[in-house]
Amino acid sequence: MPNDTGPNFQQNASRALNDKQLRKNFKFAMGNFILKRKQIFSDESKTEQLRQIGNDIKRRALSQLPQLLEQLEEKCTQNGIQVHWAETLSEANQHVLRIMQTHRATRLVKGKSMVSEEMGLNDFLQKKGIEARETDLGEFIIQLNNEKPSHIIVPAIHKNKKQIAQIFHEKLSDTPYTEDVEELNAIARETLRKKFFDAQVGLSGVNFAVAETGTLCLIENEGNGRMSTTVPPVHIAVMGLEKVVEKLADVPPLLRLLTGSATGQLITTYVNMITSPRKDGERDGPREVHLIILDNGRSKILSDPQLRQTLQCIRCGTCLNHCPVYTRIGGHAYGFVYPGPIGKILNPQIEGLKKAGELATASSLCEACAEVCPVKIPIPQLLRRLRNESYASDSFSTVKDSGYKKNLIETIAWKSWEMMNTHPLINTIGQKIMSRLGAQIPKIGPLKQWTRHRTAPKFASKSLHQLIDEEGIQDE
Amino acid sequence: MNDASRAQILNRLHAATKQQPVEAPEAAGLPGEAFSRDEKIEKLKSLMEAVRTEVHVVGAPNWTALFKEILIKRDVKTLLYAPDTTLGDRLQKAWVTESNELPELVTYDGQIEDFKEKLFATDAAITSTVGGIAETGAVILWPDKNEPRLMSLVPPIHIAVLEAEKIYNTFSEAIQTENWSDKMPTNVLLISGPSKTADIELTLAFGVHGPKELIVLIVKD
Repeated sequence: MPNDTGPNFQQNASRALNDKQLRKNFKFAMGNFILKRKQIFSDESKTEQLRQIGNDIKRRALSQLPQLLEQLEEKCTQNGIQVHWAETLSEANQHVLRIMQTHRATRLVKGKSMVSEEMGLNDFLQKKGIEARETDLGEFIIQLNNEKPSHIIVPAIHKNKKQIAQIFHEKLSDTPYTEDVEELNAIARETLRKKFFDAQVGLSGVNFAVAETGTLCLIENEGNGRMSTTVPPVHIAVMGLEKVVEKLADVPPLLRLLTGSATGQLITTYVNMITSPRKDGERDGPREVHLIILDNGRSKILSDPQLRQTLQCIRCGTCLNHCPVYTRIGGHAYGFVYPGPIGKILNPQIEGLKKAGELATASSLCEACAEVCPVKIPIPQLLRRLRNESYASDSFSTVKDSGYKKNLIETIAWKSWEMMNTHPLINTIGQKIMSRLGAQIPKIGPLKQWTRHRTAPKFASKSLHQLIDEEGIQDE
Repeated sequence: MNDASRAQILNRLHAATKQQPVEAPEAAGLPGEAFSRDEKIEKLKSLMEAVRTEVHVVGAPNWTALFKEILIKRDVKTLLYAPDTTLGDRLQKAWVTESNELPELVTYDGQIEDFKEKLFATDAAITSTVGGIAETGAVILWPDKNEPRLMSLVPPIHIAVLEAEKIYNTFSEAIQTENWSDKMPTNVLLISGPSKTADIELTLAFGVHGPKELIVLIVKD
């Protein structure tokens, strides 16, 4: 059903399904990711043990989330990192802008950060006359083409090298057309080295923030994150408040889970742990480090004992890679910053069910995401919960727009179903009628929608009870 | 505005964890194996080679000779090093009386603001490490005032010297044994290979932003 306020998911999905190139790109990439993860997590029992550790660590962190955030703030402040809190996206953007303005800065280089995507930071800064330059290769490619990431880890995965060659050729001056991946990389390296050299402020996300020591951990392969957080004189880190962990000892298992799940690596090229700005006597690194802690609906999610599991997510993207729906429609069709299974549970909770609730229906509940999630988020359970929330009558719900789809026809339909199944006489009569006339029910309204991609079931002339009786099988 | 936001966020979180406490399990330790010194060297070497690091195991008296060969082979013109370190002393001594085939030794002069142009034009840099990790294959760097953070990032070739005795079984072991939580420096780095990306069609390419080559010299006593 078309949605008034959110993106038109069904239309997007249909369009994506008919895009052969897109489907080919995703099928290849996701297949590859699945294989690589399998190779790194080849020992099933060890993997299970590790996932349980990851789940324990994140649950322990959530159980003391406010205390850990306070401790993180205290430690960071002691270390010289300035901490800012943002309830909303606009507040977070304002923090960045204010810091930029304080330094009269107009050139920002960015390491990859999903929270900054959530903030819509690039567009916001551009309107204020500030150039925010993505430096992760994938992000760089799509920024040149004015697109959004289609995957949490590999944002330009929907593009093949021909398309990328064309983008570079068109958008970067004096760039000849080349499909050679090494050459494309070299072009990006040269272009972006200049940007790093000239940048006044660098911005990054945070993979884990350690409360015990006030340390920000950044995990990456390219080195653009290190460039962004080391070359410019000011570093701004943005994090969702669920990224805090209790202690340094929590980092190694989470790191293993993150790199193994995301890209099938034992470890990334770089693990960058930042605990303070440049100290006296040190020669490089930013003189100022800022940490912006973003809420944007997360604190509300924590109050629901079931849905709070959403906050365990470490953004590895493996649920995307293993999702049969994501693999076929790609990331853009979802219409939100976070695509795939994690997006289907996260967006409806942040944006509300009216705008994003439809996403929760885009799943066959095949459980693949739950089987691979490194921190064991029961995504299918949460999907079912959110589907029900749209029709719920429970006024205590913390989910925005809970019960907004509740309507008389559905209520009557389910009441009738209940009656049919609790009153034998009505059941018998009902069955007789349906076996004769069921096939003639006109396919209009919800039934039309439902049968668009499905064959309508045929009503049998005899019920299961009848058949069993006739076969002479005893039932209870 | 900031303080109000802080208070509201924390209030909501406190209320949430109070009303609906979350179970707080203590995670079991990460299962890790214990290797002998030679096994650790072998494991680290093969894992790092698998991500295109060049690894040499060399006796303590010989490493500078090998190092010179490596530089000459690559026609390195300028080498960034840290003079006020044990490593720097060794190099200075080894550089005396040498032919002019060897690269010019460059030091990180002053602060990055003054040195940036030169840094971005340097061919190679050599740094020490505080250890290695056998289980996943990585070297550990704690950059400091002698060996600043960008030495291991900006020059296209990074050479890291690792003492064989300092290879830990696991990352967890390094954190615990060396009691990191009490003395975290400005920056800690784990590095497993040269800079790389697979953002275009998942095709692996090296040297996208950081060093194009990482060379690790494992020095044995």
